[in-house]
Amino acid sequence: MVARRARKAAAPRPAEPEVQTGRVAGGDTSSLDRLIHERLRLGIISALAVNDSLTFKELKTLLDTSDGNLSVHARKLEEAGYLDCIKSFERRVPRTDFRLTAKGKKALERYLEHMDALIKATRRG
Amino acid sequence: MSQDRRVVALHEHAAANLHYIRETMERAGSFTAVPGWGGVLMGLCGLAAAVIGWPHQGTRTWLWVWLAAAAVATACGAVAMALKMRAKGLPAVSRPARQFGLSFAPPIFAGALLTIALARTEALSLLPGVWLLLYGTAVVCAGTYSARIVPLIGVLFLFLGAIAILSSGAVAQVCLGLGFGLLHLVFGAIIARNYGG
Repeated sequence: MVARRARKAAAPRPAEPEVQTGRVAGGDTSSLDRLIHERLRLGIISALAVNDSLTFKELKTLLDTSDGNLSVHARKLEEAGYLDCIKSFERRVPRTDFRLTAKGKKALERYLEHMDALIKATRRG
Repeated sequence: MSQDRRVVALHEHAAANLHYIRETMERAGSFTAVPGWGGVLMGLCGLAAAVIGWPHQGTRTWLWVWLAAAAVATACGAVAMALKMRAKGLPAVSRPARQFGLSFAPPIFAGALLTIALARTEALSLLPGVWLLLYGTAVVCAGTYSARIVPLIGVLFLFLGAIAILSSGAVAQVCLGLGFGLLHLVFGAIIARNYGG
């Protein structure tokens, strides 16, 4: 009963990550991935990085957020190709599972490197 | 001056983000279904075994009492864990659950084999220390994937195990009762109260 979200086919081109531009104390912020820079989206990506998959309910509890808020931010990540969303039914109750894609993993790695570089650059400065 | 302030703010923001990522990963990667009420039941089994087994120290009857208690306690713990996972909507095969299980199992397996070996050579007086030490090792190892209180319980088991293995029969029996009885009971209640059942 697992059905991939059909919206993918009909959706327009996936949104590209927004970037913040500029140079600060030797740390280039032009490649900063603004899509996961937002706190809740960063939480979603981080939680999925240490789990094969998490359900909507698990993520909601873990990040202590509302259904609406989580839906909006998870959809943005899904549209950017950072998440896979799998809809299914468990005893006739709808269930949504999220998985981090390879692109999402790379984005988190880049983001971590960026934060690290920013801190190092500031220390050097 | 204003640029200095901006640099400091960005640096702090980056550090705060890294802290948030680490914290979220830690919470998301933890096995949170350690059963508190199950621990209480396991503690009651341990106390019962300590009381019933006390007059039979060093005999096969003592061994059978503790093995029966271990079987009942394991069943209680497993059922309580399954119920807690179900109540929290946690999958049974999540990565934290797998890591917890894989870390818990080897010391328990070693303990089971040592129990057979020591029982065959009639070295029953060593069993309390061996059980406490290996159970403590299992709890410490598995606890690294769970709430911070769990490895602490393991450390207390190791402490009691160290006393038991270096002491005479009666002291070892008391340590066994304190460990599998009282520690399970007290920390089970704490987990049940503070970690959702």
